Amino acid sequence: MTPEGGLSWTVYDANKLAPREIYGIVLADLGSIHPNIVGLSADLAKSTKIETFGNKFPDRFFNFGIAESNMFGAAAGMAKVGLIPFVSTFSAFASMRACEFLRTDICYQNLNCKVIATHGGTSFGSAGTTHHAIEDLSIVRAFANLTVIVPADGIETANAVRACMDIDGPVYIRIGRGFEPPIFTTEDYGFQIGKAVEMCPGTDITVIACGCTVFHAVNAAKILKDEDGLSVRVLNMHTIKPIDEEAILKAVHDTRRIITVEDHNVIGGLGTAVADVIAASGKGCAFNKLGVQDAFSPHGYPEDLLNLNKIDMDGIVEKVRELMGREFEADEDWEDEV
Amino acid sequence: MPITDQERIELQRRANAVRKDIVDVTGWSGGAHIGGSLSMVDMLTTLYWKYMKVDPANPLWEDRDRFVLSKGHGGVGHAVVLAHKGYFPKEELKDFNHTGSNLGMHLDSHKAKGVDASTGSMGHGLCQAVGMAIGARVLDKPFHVYCVVGDGESNEGSIWEAAMSAAHYKLSNLTAFLDRNRMMIDGPTETVMRLEPLADKWTAFGWKVRVVDGHDYGQLVDAIDFALTYKEGPVMVLCNTIKGKGVDFMENDPAWHYGGLNTDMVAKAQKSLEKFDV
Repeated sequence: MTPEGGLSWTVYDANKLAPREIYGIVLADLGSIHPNIVGLSADLAKSTKIETFGNKFPDRFFNFGIAESNMFGAAAGMAKVGLIPFVSTFSAFASMRACEFLRTDICYQNLNCKVIATHGGTSFGSAGTTHHAIEDLSIVRAFANLTVIVPADGIETANAVRACMDIDGPVYIRIGRGFEPPIFTTEDYGFQIGKAVEMCPGTDITVIACGCTVFHAVNAAKILKDEDGLSVRVLNMHTIKPIDEEAILKAVHDTRRIITVEDHNVIGGLGTAVADVIAASGKGCAFNKLGVQDAFSPHGYPEDLLNLNKIDMDGIVEKVRELMGREFEADEDWEDEV
Repeated sequence: MPITDQERIELQRRANAVRKDIVDVTGWSGGAHIGGSLSMVDMLTTLYWKYMKVDPANPLWEDRDRFVLSKGHGGVGHAVVLAHKGYFPKEELKDFNHTGSNLGMHLDSHKAKGVDASTGSMGHGLCQAVGMAIGARVLDKPFHVYCVVGDGESNEGSIWEAAMSAAHYKLSNLTAFLDRNRMMIDGPTETVMRLEPLADKWTAFGWKVRVVDGHDYGQLVDAIDFALTYKEGPVMVLCNTIKGKGVDFMENDPAWHYGGLNTDMVAKAQKSLEKFDV
């Protein structure tokens, strides 16, 4: 696929690059097409990889130093006069240090700013709680006007960064630190903001995941098929807001069992968003949320933290088996339910 | 350009008419941030009637000069100025703060014509003004960005983050005004949280500072003329002002940071302002 303007996704090697590296490269390419794109960093240009854009367009790149509040406020001012700012910092700082500036300056004014929040969830493992963002989705999901995307890997990050240009408003894209294994081999799988991607078909239970946990959910589905003979549907819910209600309701209808998985506190993120849809539907559904169980996560290697929080393959397999074993009376007549 | 006698009289007339309307709106609305609105009227009048290139009939004109009221609670003062300038009918002021109206305590840039940035929470406006000034440079636009900062607001760390960045990027297309009325909600600024030496602080942060009497048009004009010709970086016009300026029973009383006025008080305030009619 070669989008308009000659942007070619083959500019990166998804197997060798981290999502944030791919983001940097894709943004630099978008910069050639859109002269109004500017890049903003708060002394994390190297870490968030927005430096790739900055090196290519030094006159359109602004480092604000370690001052996130001002950076988000300035981004609002830039958007107010017609620029399209891409603001990059760690998810913890984008959502919490700069919280009110994102909410009041950017979202309230519905400005065309794109926030690329890196090191999401516990992906910056060894840095510990100060640099983990397990609350960010809960916080920013509550901001009106904001679209919230959590890409599953580097290729999906590229798709999300490109697609967010079609939205004339604020977008929050949350990516990891960069050790997420690639899932997609091609960018041409029909990525669409607000539409879940079915990674595996299934009829017994649905696992709804986002970000780095999609990889683990897909692997868990394979294990469960081979060892338990289970047909596990895996949905990659890359857009947390607006959430794909249709895909959730279809999962309720088809499988009657749903588990959500996210590298985030179980309060307020993907699981809560899915639960809202299920509760409003009035349909019966066995449901469980995997994620950080309302605790601060300790430091450690990211893969160890995923395991500790039971959001890796092992944790998902265990929870699926538990939920499949639960007594659940599924009424065949969907229409009877309220 | 230095101010002429005729201009001075016209600005005085305009400012006093604006102050009288601020008093009326405070009465109609049930309460408003009147003290800090009255203190900044002379700066806004000088900017809107002598300097700013704007077109009230085309409020979103791309090349217009921008104005950001960082001390967003001065919304009532700004709204009256905008009505006088012709952005919307003065009649709309009668609905200030009312449900469904375009004008509320903190002005919404999507609703109030002529408002370039929604402000209200302290320490946000100067950051947005910095972004606008950088934006003008990237887009090669000729417009100038003006921003009025409150002194109480200057307790906020983000004001100093913005100050640092404006100096770092040498934003000579940004001119800020500090409404130094020395009062905040809980009392005098120097009692609540000491700000002095404030001019030295802005100088140390890399701004060119001009200290003026914020009610003296000659001094304001000289400072703005300087700011528009100074090309090395941003200029701060530190305006010493009187909170509640013009209304004798409000002047320098922090109780009038926010307040309501009954009919008698409105009449009393108007009588006080009549002394400044020219």
